[in-house]
Amino acid sequence: MFRNQYDTDVTTWSPAGRLFQVEYAMEAVKQGSAAIGLRSKTHVVLACVNKANSELSSHQKKIFKVDDHIGVAIAGLTADGRVLSRYMRNECINYSYTYESPLPVGRLVVQLADKAQVCTQRSWKRPYGVGLLVGGLDESGAHLYYNCPSGNYFEYQAFAIGSRSQAAKTYLERKFESFVDSSRENLIKDALFALRETLQGEKLTSSICTISIVGVGEAFHTLDQETVQGLINEFEVVGEEPPADEAAPPEQGAGTEAALAPAAPAAAAADEGAPADQGVAPMDI
Amino acid sequence: MNFADSASAMKNLLGSEGDSQRTLYPYVTGTSVVAIKYKDGILIAADMGGSYGSTLRYKTVERLKPVGKHSVIGASGEISDFQEIMRYLDELILYDNMWDDGNSLGPKEVHNYLTRVMYNRRNKFNPLWNSLVLGGVKNGQKYLGTVSMIGVQYEDSHVATGFGNHLARPILRDEWHENLTYEEGVKLLEKCMRVLLYRDRSAVNKLQIAKITEEGFTISQPYSLKTFWDFAAFKNPTVGAEGSW
Repeated sequence: MFRNQYDTDVTTWSPAGRLFQVEYAMEAVKQGSAAIGLRSKTHVVLACVNKANSELSSHQKKIFKVDDHIGVAIAGLTADGRVLSRYMRNECINYSYTYESPLPVGRLVVQLADKAQVCTQRSWKRPYGVGLLVGGLDESGAHLYYNCPSGNYFEYQAFAIGSRSQAAKTYLERKFESFVDSSRENLIKDALFALRETLQGEKLTSSICTISIVGVGEAFHTLDQETVQGLINEFEVVGEEPPADEAAPPEQGAGTEAALAPAAPAAAAADEGAPADQGVAPMDI
Repeated sequence: MNFADSASAMKNLLGSEGDSQRTLYPYVTGTSVVAIKYKDGILIAADMGGSYGSTLRYKTVERLKPVGKHSVIGASGEISDFQEIMRYLDELILYDNMWDDGNSLGPKEVHNYLTRVMYNRRNKFNPLWNSLVLGGVKNGQKYLGTVSMIGVQYEDSHVATGFGNHLARPILRDEWHENLTYEEGVKLLEKCMRVLLYRDRSAVNKLQIAKITEEGFTISQPYSLKTFWDFAAFKNPTVGAEGSW
């Protein structure tokens, strides 16, 4: 994308029918550090890479609890993300107060999307520079949504945003069909594997990542460092191959997972024919 | 805050003859509503009377209405305020439907919304002069609650408003049990309504019973209860009273 004469205002269309400021805002999302979400029928896992600027500083908070049944992971301008999280928490709490009932995720994301859209149609505003992965539960089950700075939102089985997210998406595209019936533990494992893909060879440790989960009967919370490191150790002991067979219980993983590794390429080939819309990112307008 | 300010503020709040902006007394009122949980859902009964003070003026007032797919509301108190409440609820349900997603407001949500409305009006010294019963079934869960004009709300297996609290609830405490059949439930409600008919001066002998189940809302046609007046004590009531006729 190069500079052109139509990209100064968000309210200026280009002759090709594009709003460049909005597209530039989506670029900001791509520059942020990776965030990943995946869901099964009963759980949603959000995972993100938390890299501190220097050894001296702490890392930025990228996952926010919005309510007991909703959490959000952000990528891009974290300040914008914080402000939007505050808005979401407000909406949830007001709904809870009036109706004594949790706000359905689907409604929250629409409100969020409408809020983002306003910023694409006012000359005195700018689009939010943050992408949000909203995971939550409502009457109809577990949901994962992605909210764009453009004001669009999409529902996903699994998705990744931020820098080097394509690597994670490639992994998720292979595995997503198994997520629906996945167990809680395997869902978290898959999130860690996907997260590892974005690190491009760097060692995955619990100090550079954050994992959060919400599920039926389980309020949204972040897993503590020890638990996460324990899970990482489990699959690193086995070997580098992620399990192809979801039925293998993690405790007995040691022998069987290595044996199942050869089956992975075969399963991947079968997955190639999967429908393209789930897990694929129509990020561009 | 100095004294003069608070005095004029109080005057504004409590009003004077000049302001016609808030409800001071009720005019056309409905009497008791009685409701119970039964095996398949909720049964709710109310008569069709609208009293104008001590005059039994209107005899075809529907005081039971469906709310959305899952709930039913019954109101006693000022009828015009009930009509206002129905406008609020119709708008609430409309916006809920306009989301067009898999979610809908259940009886618990509607009940709490009403509680907020009633309590907020009470705080502004401009109440909706009603006692409401809200019941319904959603995803197999039965719900029955009530909210008053001052915003007091609670849930129970059987509720009533007004005189129903004094005359019907004791009967229900003795005779209500889980998993009443539809016929048993109707009989129980009719027993309560009959006592109210005998003893409540604002009751009229024309009632409706509505039920709400997972399938939906149905309301009976208006009908009357049989009453018995053939007590020996009612014969020759004036015998022994000198000077009466």
